[in-house]
Amino acid sequence: MSAAAEPLRDTDLGESELEARVRSLWRTPRGVIGWLSSVDHKQIALRYIVTAFFFMGLAGIGAVVMRLQLATPDAHVVNPDRYDQLFTMHGSTMMFLFAVPIMQAVGLYFVPLMIGTREVAFPRLNAFSYWNYLFGCLFLWFCFFSNNGPDVGWFSYTPLSLSQYNVGHRADFWAQMITYTEVAGLSVAVIMIVTVFKMRAPGMTLDRIPLFTWSSLVTAFMIVFAMPAVVVVSTMLILDRMVNTHFFDSSLGGDNLLFQHLFWFFGHPEVYFIFIPATGFVSSIIPTFARRPMFGHTAVVLSLVATAFMSFGLWVHHMFVTGLPRLGESFFTASSMAIAVPSGIQIFCWIATLWSGRPVFRTPLLFVLGFIFNFVIGGLTGVMVASVPLDTQVHDTYFVVAHFHYVLIGGSVFPLIAAVYYWFPKVTGRMLSETVGRWNFWIAFVGFNLAFFPMHILGLEGMPRRVYTYSAEMPWGTLNLLSTIGAIIFASSFLLLLWNIVRSLRRGEAAGPNPWDGDTLEWATSSPPPPQNFTRIPVVTSLTPLWEHRETLPAVAGLRVDRREVLVSTLTEAEPDIRESSPEPSIWPLFAAIATGCTFLGSIYTPWAIIYGALPVTITLIGWFWPKGTKEDES
Amino acid sequence: MKPRVVLDVAPLPENSFGSRTLTWWGTIGFMCLEGMGFALAIGAYLYLRVLQPSWPMNIPPPDLLPGTIVTVILLISVIPNYFLEHWARAYDMAKVRIGLVLMTLLGIAPVIVRTFEFPALRERWDTDAYGSITWFLLGLHTTHLITDLGDTAVLTVLMFTRHGENPRRFSDTSDNAFYWYFVVLTWLPIYFVLYWLPRIG
Ligand code: HEM
Ligand SMILES: [Cu+2]
Repeated sequence: MSAAAEPLRDTDLGESELEARVRSLWRTPRGVIGWLSSVDHKQIALRYIVTAFFFMGLAGIGAVVMRLQLATPDAHVVNPDRYDQLFTMHGSTMMFLFAVPIMQAVGLYFVPLMIGTREVAFPRLNAFSYWNYLFGCLFLWFCFFSNNGPDVGWFSYTPLSLSQYNVGHRADFWAQMITYTEVAGLSVAVIMIVTVFKMRAPGMTLDRIPLFTWSSLVTAFMIVFAMPAVVVVSTMLILDRMVNTHFFDSSLGGDNLLFQHLFWFFGHPEVYFIFIPATGFVSSIIPTFARRPMFGHTAVVLSLVATAFMSFGLWVHHMFVTGLPRLGESFFTASSMAIAVPSGIQIFCWIATLWSGRPVFRTPLLFVLGFIFNFVIGGLTGVMVASVPLDTQVHDTYFVVAHFHYVLIGGSVFPLIAAVYYWFPKVTGRMLSETVGRWNFWIAFVGFNLAFFPMHILGLEGMPRRVYTYSAEMPWGTLNLLSTIGAIIFASSFLLLLWNIVRSLRRGEAAGPNPWDGDTLEWATSSPPPPQNFTRIPVVTSLTPLWEHRETLPAVAGLRVDRREVLVSTLTEAEPDIRESSPEPSIWPLFAAIATGCTFLGSIYTPWAIIYGALPVTITLIGWFWPKGTKEDES
Repeated sequence: MKPRVVLDVAPLPENSFGSRTLTWWGTIGFMCLEGMGFALAIGAYLYLRVLQPSWPMNIPPPDLLPGTIVTVILLISVIPNYFLEHWARAYDMAKVRIGLVLMTLLGIAPVIVRTFEFPALRERWDTDAYGSITWFLLGLHTTHLITDLGDTAVLTVLMFTRHGENPRRFSDTSDNAFYWYFVVLTWLPIYFVLYWLPRIG
């Protein structure tokens, strides 16, 4: 507390000296230990993104194997047991390990840049969350490769997943790894909320927050309120399996529908954790390529918030065939149809922006247009299955499989690929090839529709989901073959994307800070961004700062340069309020994640692991929080 | 792009308390998600309860005594907790140390009494669904108590070392006190549900 000599500030240094000084302050140390200790939000986000795409690749290969098995009647590519593991691993990976984490990760990378700050709030928690997530992914896939993968579907319904029907540890792995990776998701959500609330550059009032940042914020709120449900339900499941509780055992007062209620209370909003950030990508890309600010900015923000609220009132539509009271079902039908309204408003605003702008059709915009097309189809079939009689007919058929792939892939993966093309130059400093990009788009678009459109018809013709084969008498052969061909074409579009990335990393055209002439702050800094993001924190005066200021960017002075310092601002007006220190790199989050990982893993075999594991977990947490006497700790 | 300085932030403080800081908001975030977990667990309790003709299923309601003692201790602890937060904001080291020691003791006491609460439920977790959900609720809150106790204990030790002489630690103390309110507050509905609902309903 002693008032020592005045610390060194940015005002004491010349521009190039300052840049060098701040850069070395925020740099991640070299070497393996340095790499493992990183707390830089960009590095961690990138690790999340690469990991998520890797596991998406595995789950995608799994999907192609399923499609090969289904291409012809009575095929023997895999046996029924493997097939069960395949669709469970595919669904669980795509939902829990790919789609949700990658959307959060893109936010972790770009939100701090967009709001003009140097780090996220709680960088060490961020590092911890990544390691948790990575270990969860590895454990789950290790089980699969040792022929012990979960095999009860991605939602693991009881009673099928209870120990009477599922001996061994397959469902235990599902339950524990879901809980474990959701801890990561929850941590990132809290980080995101605090970062957006309190770390915006001076002047970024609520009405100047970019739409992608809004979408990340809204998603983070949804995660905070929905994800605990899946943690609760998967914990109950493992307790029923391990220590003989009876939450889902109807003979002793438990109830199977309790599982479904808790799961879908989370599961339905989960679809929107994936979809809302995707709309954020779209709302970033469309104004840039339409060369005008977003039409109806406020309307879009309000639709996001409305969608988030409404998505909590829909979960029962997954349970229409469980014999719930009629009136309840009618309510959930109405709410499920009503949620189409805010999405409709967004689509209207996007089209209006394109219509009234001067659109430039580069690859990111192509993927966005593909998204709008596919998502409208997915939305239409969604409104169809929201009605009870129709759902009763097509429940558990390929019609549903078609519907949710249109929403998930059409509604989220297309915007995600658009985002890859859009932001790759920022992350790497190089452009992806435009020619390959166009091929990439058309192959993906044709392959996707060929793979999934026929499934609608198969479903109407009565083909159930989750069957490993069908007999030749069924009239399903041709459409299944078509679908498999489509799946292979669609999968190859990802190989093309991978090739484009690898090639451009080495030989791509240099991007410069702002290759698309974007309007938000991430384009103000160099590509790739330096460790400190901004040598001087910007001051924001409009919603489209980079279109407003073409020559120089208004900025802040007076920050210390002898420690990592961030600016904390007020919630609504974003007036600068405190200069807080930001933690240095640390290896302890990794150790803490190893300790928690081992505890979770052990708990699959014995409940005592929780007790034994408590000690190492505590020690590593103390190591993490105990001050080390650096400048960051001191004040 | 070239920066043009328009604002000087050098006069701003380097430390503050409550809703001005990042940690306070982080604490709120974790409270929301933990609170949601509690709410869902209580929801599950109510859900299972309406399915049964009698609740508890085959036994009398739990013994009131240990749970009530825990409630009383928790309610009393709010008073020193209030002062502790106050002293932290005043950077009063001597009083903060006393307050933290006191709060550590007031964290240990309910954990001890809690060990009598589980038997007071009169049924094991594996007897039936009533046993499962009551142990679950009590277990959740016990985890909550123990983690906060650990946090308070570490902070107390820290304040007796040279690292205590740091404005940031006072802010941590204040956040820790803030979190304790939440631990107390979440207990009240659980106490009501576990002990009184079976008696009145
Ligand atoms: C190459 C792309 C993909 C193909 C060919 C594909 C194919 C399939 C097939 C054939 C099934 C049904 C298995 C069955 O019911 O027997 C399925 C299920 C599923 N897919 Fe995909 N899929 C792909 C991508 C995705 C993506 C990107 C997501 C999510 C973001 C996803 C999420 C799911 C889910 C949640 C299930 C349900 C699993 C279950 O029944 O438990 N899929 N997929
Ligand atoms: Cu739904």
